[in-house]
Amino acid sequence: MGFLNINGVSKSYGSLKVLHGIDIEVEEGEFLVLVGPSGCGKSTLLNLIAGLEDITDGEILIRDRVINGVHPSERNIAMVFQSYALYPNMTVGQNITFGLEMHGVSKKERKIALDEVAKLLRIENLLHRKPKQLSGGQRQRVAMGRALVRNPDVFLFDEPLSNLDAKLRVDMRTEIKKLHQNLGTTIVYVTHDQIEAMTLSSRIAVMNDGYVQQLGTPKEIYDNPQNIFVATFMGSPAMNLIPAIVRALDDGTVAEISLYDGSLEHLPFGRADMNSWDGREILLGLRPEMITDEESADRKSQNIARIKNRIEVTEPAGSDTFISMQAGGKSIVARMKSDIDVKPDQVFPFAINMDKAVIFDPVEGIRIQANISS
Amino acid sequence: MTVAAQENIVRTSQSVRVGIYLALIVFALFYLLPFGIMVINSVKPLIEITEGNMIALPREWTIDPWLSAWSTAQIGVEPTGLRPYFVNSIVMALPAVAISTALGAINGYILTKWQFRGATLIFGLLLFSCFIPFQIVLIPMARVLGVLNIAGTTYGLILVHVVYGLGFSTLFFRNFYAAFPNELVRAAQIDGAGFFRIFWRIMLPSSGPILAVCCIWQFTNIWNDFLFGASFASGSAAPMTVSLNNLVNSSTGVREYNVHFAGAILAAGPTLLVYIIAGRYFVRGLMAGSVKG
Repeated sequence: MGFLNINGVSKSYGSLKVLHGIDIEVEEGEFLVLVGPSGCGKSTLLNLIAGLEDITDGEILIRDRVINGVHPSERNIAMVFQSYALYPNMTVGQNITFGLEMHGVSKKERKIALDEVAKLLRIENLLHRKPKQLSGGQRQRVAMGRALVRNPDVFLFDEPLSNLDAKLRVDMRTEIKKLHQNLGTTIVYVTHDQIEAMTLSSRIAVMNDGYVQQLGTPKEIYDNPQNIFVATFMGSPAMNLIPAIVRALDDGTVAEISLYDGSLEHLPFGRADMNSWDGREILLGLRPEMITDEESADRKSQNIARIKNRIEVTEPAGSDTFISMQAGGKSIVARMKSDIDVKPDQVFPFAINMDKAVIFDPVEGIRIQANISS
Repeated sequence: MTVAAQENIVRTSQSVRVGIYLALIVFALFYLLPFGIMVINSVKPLIEITEGNMIALPREWTIDPWLSAWSTAQIGVEPTGLRPYFVNSIVMALPAVAISTALGAINGYILTKWQFRGATLIFGLLLFSCFIPFQIVLIPMARVLGVLNIAGTTYGLILVHVVYGLGFSTLFFRNFYAAFPNELVRAAQIDGAGFFRIFWRIMLPSSGPILAVCCIWQFTNIWNDFLFGASFASGSAAPMTVSLNNLVNSSTGVREYNVHFAGAILAAGPTLLVYIIAGRYFVRGLMAGSVKG
């Protein structure tokens, strides 16, 4: 049993079902991120854990206690809201200790708890201010302080960084991660930002249309997406999905793709189990960094395919240069080192790391699993 | 930034500006003129008015008309002055304003933050009391007051004003709280605050502007009401407005215009005072309430 168990949880609004039998087990001290596009049900799931909405079906347990129907304040959880939800009429100090006061904690103990949290978050000098006198980052800190002071079993974060400007967001992201490392708290964190999901989490649940599409560590999600949705949602720029046809040749099975001039190129799979797909269409999933120049190619890679293709657009991004080109009748993106000397319309040799290629069934949209035995 | 923006919204030349101010001042004077006449005549001996000099400043200043209107003038058959009726109006208006505002605030809180099936319908029905012509309800209301045995009393009037004030006070608070973030209520729930605790500690302390609007609105309407007062509280329970009418319409003796003017100003005084003290909150609150609804 995990620390927080979500067992077959569904949620319906009238006839509209927004969550379909969600199963997630969260260990103590884990940082779980729920990520997905708007309307995927991630915030609804968080509200169900918080007790702000009623569960239609299934059950949620914290520390082996079923909390269906338990009042939010009795679940020993704390929540940080997107808008921070600081009480405008109270000072920072009163905001942080309001929950303790409601739970009948004495004034003296409240003071001790407040001082401790204020010191941890470095907001000692703000305690007598009103929320409207604070900057965005300071409000964010106070909202976290309000959650921390309760010392809850589970922290719930509802897109806490989306109201901050880009630079502050990165700073606060690091700060949240640091806080998690130092305190070892159990966190469920909702975001639509896949970079936040990757950087913060110990595990990610990618959600879409009320289903968990995939649950795994950031590395699993990134390297081994289970379906097209996960593959394209996570990662920026998105994974290239190149239409290809499987050809079982004498010297191994290959993916046949067309290039800019209509010529066909064979990319060896390096795995034998694709034989049964001979002649059928697939989508070849390649992250942009797997298509690169010869020098940047991964030396440890067993299986590198080399192609020549015409460059359409170059986009220098500082640390890397992104290149667009045509393959399989679609525009795909390659990631090169920043100082590469290339021009549009130039035909350039690329090295493709086929070790990490993932293959999808274009009809079902799901991953064609590697079958090690065959 | 804001200062610069304010200056630059519309660029006007000096002459246009002078013209605008002149026009506004003329309108203001025109509007204030009747009130000025009332004040002038309330401090004149009666003889100066009957001579026909309504507009002229008094030759002889006196506060006797005010004293007479307040404590000795003939109201109907009793020479009590307006004082007891002024007290009646205070005793009626203050609880009626307080109760209708308090109920309106709780209604608005429930209608926006604790929505239930049929909430919109109930709100719609409550709004009827804002727009219903009060003549329609006079007879049924008289019957209700009779059954409750509070006909002809100040308590009866308080009840009537609470019932018919509820529509507007609910409207004000509902629209104000609709713009109040739901996340705050949710945060307070997680913090362990209950229904009334959230209302007292979170909602109400942030409701200053709309409280001012609601109190001014209710006080003005209730204080100035004549119809309900004349219908449901006759004799010694009559409010100020009704007794002012009785003062002016006394059929015996000389018509003391200067006393009538003083009485009219006394009757208008409290609402005037409330506007002067809290008027700026009124405008601010109306704006705040109208952002979302």
